[in-house]
Amino acid sequence: MAASETASRPGGDRGPWLLPIFPTIMIGLFFVIPFVLIVAVSVAHQYPEGYYEPAFELTHFRRFLKSIFINTALFSVGVAALVASICLVLGFPFTYFITRLPRRAQVLWLVYILAQLSLSEVLIAFSWQVLLSKTAGVANILVWVGLLEKSVSFYPSFGAVLLALTYLVLPFSVLILYPALSRLEPEVTEAARTLGASPVRTFFTVVVPIMRPPIVATGITMFVFTLGAVLVPQVLGRPQHWTLSVLITDQAVFQSNMPFAAALAIFLLTLSMALVGLTIWINRRYEVKA
Amino acid sequence: MSRLLRNIYMGVIALILVAPLVVIAGISLNATKFLSFPPKGLSLRWYVEIFADSGWFSALQNSLFVATTSAALAVSIALPIAYCLWRYKILYARVLFSLGVTPFVLPPVIMALAFLLFFTTIEVHGLMINVIIAHGIFLVALPLITVSLGLESVQHEMIEAGQTLGADDITVFRTVTFPIVRPYVISGFAFAFVLSLNEYIIAFMTVGFTVETLPIKIFNALRYGYTPVMGSIAVVFLLVNVLVFGLIARFGDLPKLLGAWSAQDE
Repeated sequence: MAASETASRPGGDRGPWLLPIFPTIMIGLFFVIPFVLIVAVSVAHQYPEGYYEPAFELTHFRRFLKSIFINTALFSVGVAALVASICLVLGFPFTYFITRLPRRAQVLWLVYILAQLSLSEVLIAFSWQVLLSKTAGVANILVWVGLLEKSVSFYPSFGAVLLALTYLVLPFSVLILYPALSRLEPEVTEAARTLGASPVRTFFTVVVPIMRPPIVATGITMFVFTLGAVLVPQVLGRPQHWTLSVLITDQAVFQSNMPFAAALAIFLLTLSMALVGLTIWINRRYEVKA
Repeated sequence: MSRLLRNIYMGVIALILVAPLVVIAGISLNATKFLSFPPKGLSLRWYVEIFADSGWFSALQNSLFVATTSAALAVSIALPIAYCLWRYKILYARVLFSLGVTPFVLPPVIMALAFLLFFTTIEVHGLMINVIIAHGIFLVALPLITVSLGLESVQHEMIEAGQTLGADDITVFRTVTFPIVRPYVISGFAFAFVLSLNEYIIAFMTVGFTVETLPIKIFNALRYGYTPVMGSIAVVFLLVNVLVFGLIARFGDLPKLLGAWSAQDE
């Protein structure tokens, strides 16, 4: 910034630089520095007693390559892909229907979806634990209907983890699909209907193809969001159903192995950043075309 | 026919979404100390317990305090960035915007670990201010997005008109820009408030062993014995969420905030 420019309008040209000084300090201090710390700690030296010292070693990344940890990573990726697909299949038609409702009804749905979406993961894990329990769960209804001889607990199990994760992520998929679907002009589907296509056919041959980029972008976002679940796999699954997020928490808090937790976090971070970058790219291309 | 199918489909999804919460609501009305559904006898004692039991009540107070202050912090960080980006369109503001959005996009455990490492390194352990700062940074994205949306609806002609009439930047901001974006600032605050109230993992990793927020206390209770209070808290939380988002919808344009066309565009 040249002095002559600032002189022309006192204080005016420094404004853009001085204005965000508080945000710069806060973000620099509490976001950038902690991030650099993750990188630094991931190559630090860990002592068996549970503390670490600055160093440069790749032990923790190498340890990650051991089969049990790689299995956790593969399991996380697999379960996230599965949950993302289920949420798309269930959530896409659901969101499409919401966008075709009168505006008032849409808003009511959105309020509910937002409320459930924000509900603490602790409470969702707890709700499903109760719902799948022996004493107060659906098993009792099944006994009552006669489908089960006597009440059983459906957790811990992979099915319970899958169910609760889907429940956790589904409202999120609705929220992300909503803007794109609400911008879909009714004329497009009306044209297909006028030409004689059934509503179902219109949905699959017109709506889905137009929406392919947002569908893909939403799927990837759901994937990243599922990777973030920490409590559901712990509460409703067995240790083999743990995801990377659970493993990171466990290593950092209960095993006191910060460097290993940091190395795992860097892996998760790289994966998520790459995927988020991909969705931004897809959305940008889609917007240019639209 | 297709309308019927559509309604059935929506009904089934709605049922799946609501079912666990209905069971929880049922449990919270139990007259006995055991979790049973359908409830054995009806009573509101587990709602009274949130306020009567000092442990639950102090967790509630902690949660409300952290949510209010961290949402205010998030707004105070977001507002200058969004304004600067909108007003001057400089790269510096764009970089800050991206940095502000990033924490919210990543799996929260990454931020949780980052904060844990940071606060252990500077040796400030388990203070409430830690979780306030952590939530504030984590949730900057929400007011950042809502305020930016609001600023988009301010016409640059209005700013120029103000300047022509001799008003300086601050006066223009105070009298023209801010009144227009105020609802978006409030929405951003409300989004951040609700998410902070419900957040677990960052709170746990920053202050989990010293300050009990409600989600932390519930998770501890999950491991060391159930009580129907957990059910009543779940119901209260859901109602708070519905209330806050309902208010946003009542006084603002919720579909627009979520990125859809606004009512006026239609």
